[in-house]
Amino acid sequence: MFTLESGSGFWNPLIWVLIVFIAFLFFYGIRGFGKSIYKKGTEQTKAFLSGNKESAPEDMHVKASNLYWGFTTSMKTLYAGLRKMHTGNASDYVLWFVIVLAVLFLIFGVM
Amino acid sequence: MTLEETLLQHSPALIIAIPLLSAFLMPLVSRIHAKLRNVFALVMLGLTGCFIWLLATDVLASGPRVYIFGAKNLTLPLVRILFEVDSIGIFMAIITIMLAIIAVIYSWSFMNEQDGLDKYYTLLLLVVTSALGMEFTGDIFNFFVFLEISCIASCALIAFWVEEGEALEAAFKYIVVSAIGALFVLFAIGLLYAQYDALNIATLAQALQYTFLDKIVLILLLVVLGMKAGLAPMHMWLPDAYGRAPPSVTLIIISATLASFYGVLRVIFTLYGNVLTTSMRFDFPLHVIIGWVLIVLAIVSILIGVIMALIQSDLMRLIGYTAVAEVGYMFLAIGTTVAALGAPYATVALQGGILHLLNDAIDIGLLFLVAGAIYYVTKKRSLDDISGLARTMKYTTVFFIVALLAVAGMPPLNGFTSKFLIYESVYQLNPILSIVAILCSILMLAIFIKVLYAAFLGPELPALKDVKEAPKSMLLAMGLLASLAILIGLFPNLFIDTLVKPAADALLNHAQYITMVIGGV
Repeated sequence: MFTLESGSGFWNPLIWVLIVFIAFLFFYGIRGFGKSIYKKGTEQTKAFLSGNKESAPEDMHVKASNLYWGFTTSMKTLYAGLRKMHTGNASDYVLWFVIVLAVLFLIFGVM
Repeated sequence: MTLEETLLQHSPALIIAIPLLSAFLMPLVSRIHAKLRNVFALVMLGLTGCFIWLLATDVLASGPRVYIFGAKNLTLPLVRILFEVDSIGIFMAIITIMLAIIAVIYSWSFMNEQDGLDKYYTLLLLVVTSALGMEFTGDIFNFFVFLEISCIASCALIAFWVEEGEALEAAFKYIVVSAIGALFVLFAIGLLYAQYDALNIATLAQALQYTFLDKIVLILLLVVLGMKAGLAPMHMWLPDAYGRAPPSVTLIIISATLASFYGVLRVIFTLYGNVLTTSMRFDFPLHVIIGWVLIVLAIVSILIGVIMALIQSDLMRLIGYTAVAEVGYMFLAIGTTVAALGAPYATVALQGGILHLLNDAIDIGLLFLVAGAIYYVTKKRSLDDISGLARTMKYTTVFFIVALLAVAGMPPLNGFTSKFLIYESVYQLNPILSIVAILCSILMLAIFIKVLYAAFLGPELPALKDVKEAPKSMLLAMGLLASLAILIGLFPNLFIDTLVKPAADALLNHAQYITMVIGGV
């Protein structure tokens, strides 16, 4: 009842959850061996930045548009093409519709 | 006949009539009290939901149900419309009403400071009516009428934040694309009517010869409905519309978009079901050509969706692009089913595609509601302007994590279940397709990790120090969708056996659909 068969494989989410739960208990147990010297709001909880002063939150904020910079830069040719495709003009939207229609007419016409 | 049997008999009509009449009563009810308007919208949708439930139990137990509006006798000059409700129709109706009820609950808080809410609820109920009509009708011209109602009402809803110029622009683009598409649908229907003197889908399906004109009709319907469903490269209206409409509206437009996807299913499996095995030039059966066309467009959708989503900084546009990719996954499953028609894995692919329909509605819907909650409390759209919201929006953060894991296909959530079925079946058709689909799913996880970091983690910005958690009705709406995502993920067979398998069987067994109408009336 709880096992999903795909014909070539199977998936049982409850077993998966059970395994994750056991792993959680295992790691929680290991955590219990640690020393309980953690004190909130003391020097322990401050970030160590090699002696530099901690910046203001707005200065430390890494903006979303800066994330995956390496990936987007290495793919800039692809992105240039895709940006060119997404002009935002309604006439271009209709043009793509006509192009797909034309290609399908060609395929179904030949076949 | 007992009251229950009478209600059941007329339920296909009542399911359309209740939201339709409620839509026109809404301006009157709104004049009495704003709270009464909200309760009225919810009660009427709840009542519609009860009738859908009643009809669903009957259709799933006893098979399709036909309902006739107008002339019953075939010898009369026919002025009539048939509704034929089968398992796939009722499956779609369940999704539509679920999204509508959640959208109304969410709107209570999200829209409470807006003007013109009588018009808002009227249009919302009209979109629900049109989506349900598209899902129940057995008449292709009637399908066009409901498609038109859906386009016009959706356009007005997209432009609801009219003071934002971009909402108006998005609505304009949507209506341009929709109107042109609708004209082509009308032309296609005209071609069918000219040849077969019929508009009933079952009658047309039985008479269809796959002539030159039928070929044109097939292409027109596939391309237009594909565009309305958000298939690339005709997807560009979708991030504009989804990104600019209020998120509660987006939830309703998702149901209208899925109704167009349902239209594609109906065209391929029912209308052209009898001729799918027709041999074309070079001995290629028609279903192989249609299947591979859909697969190519699906892969393009998945790739464009995730690649474009990665560079978006506007959260709602980002989710809009991932919605394009999710539509791609559904088309990939359907393309595989059609290309490999008859193979055992084709049925698994279809089940995966149908389940993904439900999962897409839940996961993408939940993401939009989270984006709406962020917008509600911060009044900011760009991910660059927000940070550290997890400190103040704990519940919203949890719902977002559920949505991100679900949409990226991570176990044990619902997205994994449907993608598991899709990957396994697509792999048997062509392993490369499956690998591309899995890689894009990983990219989708990366996209939402970026959102998680940018919006919820990171330092708390001074400008957002006073931000509070979203109101209770919005949390309730998000909670309902998140619970469904978890429930489907943990107990997939419960949904697959009761809803998905009958829906897939209804599509594959098109002869039953035709017999019900031709033989039953």
